[in-house]
Parts: sequence; C-alpha cells; structure tokens
Amino acid sequence: MSEIADKVKKIVVEHLGVEESKVTPEASFIDDLGADSLDTVELVMAFEEAFNVEIPEDAAEKITTVKDAIDYIEKQKAA
Amino acid sequence: MEGPSEYWGTNGVSNRERAGLLLSAGANSGRRRVVVTGMGIVGPLGLGVENVWSRLIAGESGIGKITQFDPSDLPAHVAGEVPEGPTAEGKLTLSEWVPVKDQRKMDRFIHMGLVAATEAVEDSGWKPQTEEDKCRTGVMIGSGIGGLQTIYDASITVHEGRARRLSPFFIPSALINLVSGHVSIKYGFQGPNHSVVTACATGVHAIGDAARIIMFGDADVMVAGGAEATVCPLGIAGFCSARALSTGFNDNPQAASRPWDKDRDGFVMGEGAGVVVLEEYEHAKARGAKIYGEIIGYGMSGDAYHITAPAEGHYGAYRAMRAALQSAGLTPADINYVNAHGTSTMADDLELEAVERLFGDDASKLAMSSTKSATGHLLGAAGAVEAIFSILAIRDNVAPPTLNLDSPSRESVIDRVAHTAQQRQIDVALSNSFGFGGTNASLIVRGV
Repeated sequence: MSEIADKVKKIVVEHLGVEESKVTPEASFIDDLGADSLDTVELVMAFEEAFNVEIPEDAAEKITTVKDAIDYIEKQKAA
Repeated sequence: MEGPSEYWGTNGVSNRERAGLLLSAGANSGRRRVVVTGMGIVGPLGLGVENVWSRLIAGESGIGKITQFDPSDLPAHVAGEVPEGPTAEGKLTLSEWVPVKDQRKMDRFIHMGLVAATEAVEDSGWKPQTEEDKCRTGVMIGSGIGGLQTIYDASITVHEGRARRLSPFFIPSALINLVSGHVSIKYGFQGPNHSVVTACATGVHAIGDAARIIMFGDADVMVAGGAEATVCPLGIAGFCSARALSTGFNDNPQAASRPWDKDRDGFVMGEGAGVVVLEEYEHAKARGAKIYGEIIGYGMSGDAYHITAPAEGHYGAYRAMRAALQSAGLTPADINYVNAHGTSTMADDLELEAVERLFGDDASKLAMSSTKSATGHLLGAAGAVEAIFSILAIRDNVAPPTLNLDSPSRESVIDRVAHTAQQRQIDVALSNSFGFGGTNASLIVRGV
C-alpha cells in the first residue's frame, strides 16, 4: 500500500474511532464506517490538512469511500 | 431600594401575605404532583451522588489549584475542578461515560452534563420501551455559559486565517441546548427537549420549569438540571475582570470559598453538573420507582436593578422565595433548611437579610448553609447540584456545613451551620439560586 493510502487509513481510524481492519479500500464512510455528514466534512478537512491539498466542495461530495479519498489525493499529488 | 411596605414588615410575612399563601394552597391542591426518582452529580467533590454527599457531610472541600491551564498571569489561581481517576474512587474517567471518538465533538460542559444525566437516568431505572413512553419523556438541561473553551479555540483558528479549517462540530459543541440534545439521542427520549440559560440561576430554573412541564401534562418524566465547565482562560479571566472571583487565597485554596465570612473576597469557580429525573407521582408509584422527594414549590423574580449586583436588601430574592412558598402553599414556619445561594461575595449578606425578613420570628429555628463553601460555584449547574443536596438533607436529616465561616461579617439568629454538618429534623427545604442579569429562583422540596 502506498504511503498516501497508509496515511488516509490512519486518519480515518483516528477520526471515526473504527478498527483498522474495517478500513478497506471499498469501505464507505457513511454506510460501513458509521460516519454522519458532519464526520465526512471533518474527514475531508483532515485530509486537506495532512496532505496540504485543497479539496473543493464538489470534489469532496464525490469522496464517499476510502479508495475515493486515496485516488483523489494521489491525483492531486501527481499533478 | 425599597419594596412596597407590606413586603417589608419586620416580622416577616404580613397578614395579607399569609392570607395569600393559604389561598394559593387551595388553588394548587388539584395539580399533578412531581417527584424526584433519579439523581446524578459530577463536580469538584467527585463523581456520584452518594460519594459527593458523604464527602460534603464530612466537611471536605473540592477546591484546589487550577490544573487545566496555567493561570499564573491571572489574579485567581484556584477552582473546583472535577477530579480525574478511577470510578471506584469516586473520580471521573471520561471514556467510561462518553466514547473517545465523540468527546471531541462536544465541549467539556456537555461531557459533564452527559455524565450526570447518565447517572441520574440509570439511578431512576426508567427505560421507556414503547413509543408512547419515549414521547412522554423529555429533557431540560441548561448551562449558564456553554462551550466557552470551544469558542476560544475556534476563534484562534479563524484568527489565524484558517476559517475553512473550522470543525463542523464547532457550533453543536458550543450550543447550550446540546446537553439536552445528546441525552435525548442517547436514551431515545422524544418528549419536550428544552434548555435554560439564566446564568447562575439555570439549575433551579431548569428543575422548576421541567416540573411545571410535568404538572401541565406535556410530559410524565423530565430529565432536568444544569452543566458547566468554565475553568478555562476565558472563564477565569472574564470573572476576574468583573472582580467576582476570590484572589486572596491562592496559597490556601480550601479557604478561598467562605460564604458570610468577613474575610471572603469573591467566589471560587467550580465545574460539573447536577441532573435529576423528575416524574409524575402516580407514574413513579405505578412502576415502583424509588422516590427521593417531591418538588412542591417554585418561585421566580427579576431584580430590574443591575446587571451583576443585587439591590440593597435583595428584594428580588425575597420575592422569589415568597413566590415559592406561595406555590407550595406553605408559610416560612414550614421550612427547616435553606440551601443558600451564598457565593462568598458581598451579596451573601443581602441574601441573609432577605431570608431574615421573610422568616421573621421563625428565622431562629432555621438552618441555612452554603455548600458552595465546599464545591465552589458551579454557575449554571449550581442550582441543580444544590437541589440534590437539599433533597438529601431531608432524606438524612442532616444540614450540610458552611466551611470557612470563622467570623461572620453580619450576625444573625439563623444557624448557618459553620464548619460541621448538623443532625436536625428537616422535612422541607428551600434552595436559592440567583444569576447575573438580576434573575432569582427558589425551589422547595420535601420528603415523600
């Protein structure tokens, strides 16, 4: 797993208080990891802070799974 | 400031008032009765009603040096903080009450409210199963100030140009009515969900208003009380700036809260929460609930005088107590114990004067103490914690002590229970709370 994926996973575990094993790439923040809409806002902020990237609102709305987050950040970092 | 002369007879309650009291007793005889079936406290004396009460009766103090932040650049260095440690030792381990992942979504005052509410609800044994029962159970927990530290932290984030990084939980963390919100979510209580904000009178107003919600038939059970957590830089600095806090006992914290004593120099900030479960009497009886006491009187008034100082003679306090007596259908002679507002400020003697005037010849039979001498002043939680102390005073026939009352600034025929608790017959107790803005509230409780 990439460094970015590791870090994303760590942030999700910390913010949602879930077990690491549950944070699979396919896991949905809301459906599988118990987040509500405010949690996902906070999560996106944490990604922005940790990776020093800007995630505009329309992009943030499309980030619903762990993989979505990893892909978005990897793309931003590669650009 | 003078009130109408009939209120100020030197013999206490005038004949005209006595007639009024008797009339109101008749008028109130048909109302729904409200009893207390659960209680919870977390505060400077620790966690748990029985633990806190036994420490209070033993004359222990919950005041110490401030540990939550470095107060060295402020004039006041002492406060009543909630002791952290194992539950078995009567101390708080927050993670046992609020899941770690939820803690940062709430200010500390909400943590306090949740702890006391959880204790009270579990103590009551009320676990509504049906939709109907859940809808007949409400919550009314207030706070004097709310999420002050949360607002402080958020302000810094914005000030640093990081407004977009502000947590989405900032607003719900700081809002006062969110204690009621969280308690309702935790237990599924879908009845009236309300909150009180009347500074240091919050706790009494919350319990009194919640009792009326039950009397009026809007609910059968109400979880009511107050929560506060302002031992933080803004809280201490703000009250210091208003010249309200004790600053002369930084090296001897347990002597700092000294209601009525001539050397008192301000109140000591306390933190924590007090919550009771109020229940309609027949409802409580039908389910075989343990009944601690009954809320029989509630009175309110406004000073219309000054934002922080009570008027000469504390006419507002007098009227709140008198209104509580009226709603209870009692006369001063029926009251055995008064839990005073008594914050360890100049206003202590004004409250004393008001009580003396109201009680007249009956004052000499009265015990009145200020438990803030042991707990400090829990602001919006004070009235709820002290209502619980008043109920326990009746249960155990014990008047809790006023610590540090070495030398009263004003002599009185009223026994202020200096230094040590007193065993005495207590059937009915009155508890006072007064707040900034000139708001006054009195509650009367009795055993059942």
